[in-house]
Amino acid sequence: MSEHETSVGFYILIFVILLVLTATTVGAAFINLGPLNPILVLAIATTKALLVVLFFMHVKGASEKMTKLVILAGLFWLLLLLGLTLADYGTRLWS
Amino acid sequence: MSTTAIAVAEHENYLNKEYGIKSWLLTTDHKRIALLYLMSITFFFFIGGFFALLIRLELLTPAGDLVQADTYNKLFTMHGMVMVFFFLIPVVPATLGNFLVPMMIGAKDLAFPRINLLSWYLYIIGGVLIMHCMLTGGVDTGWTFYTPYSTAFTNTKIIEAGLAAFVAGFSSIFTGLNFIVTVHRMRAPGMTWSRLPLFIWAHYATSIIMILGTPVVAITIVLVAAERLFHLGIFDPKLGGDPLLFQHLFWFYSHPAVYIMILPSMGIISEIITCFSRKRIFGYKFVALSSIGIAVLGFLVWAHHMFVAGMSVYAALIFSFLTYLVGVPSAIKVFNWTATMYKGSISFSTPMLYAFGFLGLFTIGGLTGLFLACLGIDVHVTDTYFVVAHFHYIMVGGVLMGYLGGMHFWWPKISGRMYPEGWGRLAALIVFIGFNLTFFPQFILGYLGMPRRYWDYSHMPEFQILNVLSTAGSTILGVGYLLPMVYFLWSMRYGKLAPDNPWNAAGLEWKTSSPPTTYNFDETPVVDFEAYDYEHIKDTEVPGES
Repeated sequence: MSEHETSVGFYILIFVILLVLTATTVGAAFINLGPLNPILVLAIATTKALLVVLFFMHVKGASEKMTKLVILAGLFWLLLLLGLTLADYGTRLWS
Repeated sequence: MSTTAIAVAEHENYLNKEYGIKSWLLTTDHKRIALLYLMSITFFFFIGGFFALLIRLELLTPAGDLVQADTYNKLFTMHGMVMVFFFLIPVVPATLGNFLVPMMIGAKDLAFPRINLLSWYLYIIGGVLIMHCMLTGGVDTGWTFYTPYSTAFTNTKIIEAGLAAFVAGFSSIFTGLNFIVTVHRMRAPGMTWSRLPLFIWAHYATSIIMILGTPVVAITIVLVAAERLFHLGIFDPKLGGDPLLFQHLFWFYSHPAVYIMILPSMGIISEIITCFSRKRIFGYKFVALSSIGIAVLGFLVWAHHMFVAGMSVYAALIFSFLTYLVGVPSAIKVFNWTATMYKGSISFSTPMLYAFGFLGLFTIGGLTGLFLACLGIDVHVTDTYFVVAHFHYIMVGGVLMGYLGGMHFWWPKISGRMYPEGWGRLAALIVFIGFNLTFFPQFILGYLGMPRRYWDYSHMPEFQILNVLSTAGSTILGVGYLLPMVYFLWSMRYGKLAPDNPWNAAGLEWKTSSPPTTYNFDETPVVDFEAYDYEHIKDTEVPGES
């Protein structure tokens, strides 16, 4: 249960980081970085998702193998969704 | 006998422990929640059925003469929405699943009883929204909400209907979550994974799909709302979006949703066939793992709904191949059920008649699914009545046959009363005849080229005979569905009192009283027998037979 004993301050810190990252995403929309724009916002979104999963959902430090299995299954399913959708987008005749 | 039966009826059970509306609306007993679901789901079944009847009446004549074209679009949309989201998806897991999952594994309740009640309230909120949507104009996009029509063109109630599906989706996620945790954590001593009834394996596989698939359709609905309300370019090509992206996201959930519907019914069929053949299931592990196989492979086939939509031909090849693969675990089940009956002591009680119906209809539905997985044939019959017939053979012929079989099988446990066996068999026969008369002509209609979703076919009057047959069948089917409702209600007052195990069936749910007590078992059972241990159940006479 040690992973549940993290202080309230720590959670507030994570929350503030999430807010800052959200503001960065909004800010990035006003700066033209060319092809880097989507890469940047996707990187920020991934970081935010990781923070939520690891800390708010207590996956970091979780001792249960089942929890890890559930996370891995979720990621695998996301991979299926993205991978097989890209099978269409990657080979479609756009003309 | 009668003295024993009366003693059985008078014991305290989940039905007579408390009375009053509050004891039902605030209950956390999984059995009472199952009955709450049963009543509300039956209500939506008749709403959806009413729309179906209007559709069939319109198609009785080639001219569009009963309703306006716009009304017809709304009729098939609301029929699809109500039947898919408010009937077929929850019908078995939320009723029989809720009632039986804890009992079959020797638990007192589900892992999260209050979340279980919350799931029913979410279902009701979704149901109220969809009813309000229907009564104030409805939706005309088809239940699939295809973009950009749904986001940029139609002026019907997309947001409200989407919200209804969104809320009902969470109800389904909660049910799935509850089942998974319950099966992992609350099995009775000795109830190992290899002793679980196949009904449980089927519900476990269904729960995986509910949890992993439903959030995707929820997100997709939010994206539709975002594009419709705020003109964010996601799916509309005019705004820089891609309409096929919607179809990918929608079918990523909505194809596996078919397996949410059919897997629990398959679980029921395993229970019925073993009981009424008096035999252990043939190939337990294969039947159990084929449920998981269907759940996993079912996620890899979604784009077969999009073969002619403009997707890449290379991706279409991949999805065609993967679709053929999903036929393998389905066939394993059908062959193993058939092998179970081989040299079994088969009796023709009502649940078994429904199981026979399931086997025939699901096989036809499944095999025509393989026709549609074939790219060449799919191009010919896309958006025709062939597709309509195919999925009704699965979703009505398969799911409903299983559900009705299960309702008859467990009705003595649920209500403590026996239904009239003769009427039961008659109704099963009427459903089977009515179903085939309704939907088999649609295969021929579709193959000959009748498109689906047309309200007027006066330019092709040669299709009328088959349409008349189909409409006639639907009225017979309607009678077949009404009959069980009437005699189930009748039996609650006048039916013979049910013994604890009227079918001499294996399984923990038959070792408790009929109806069960609030916590199912007076003492936690210890499981020292294998699943479907029929060779050790000496009495082979099935009371329904005598």
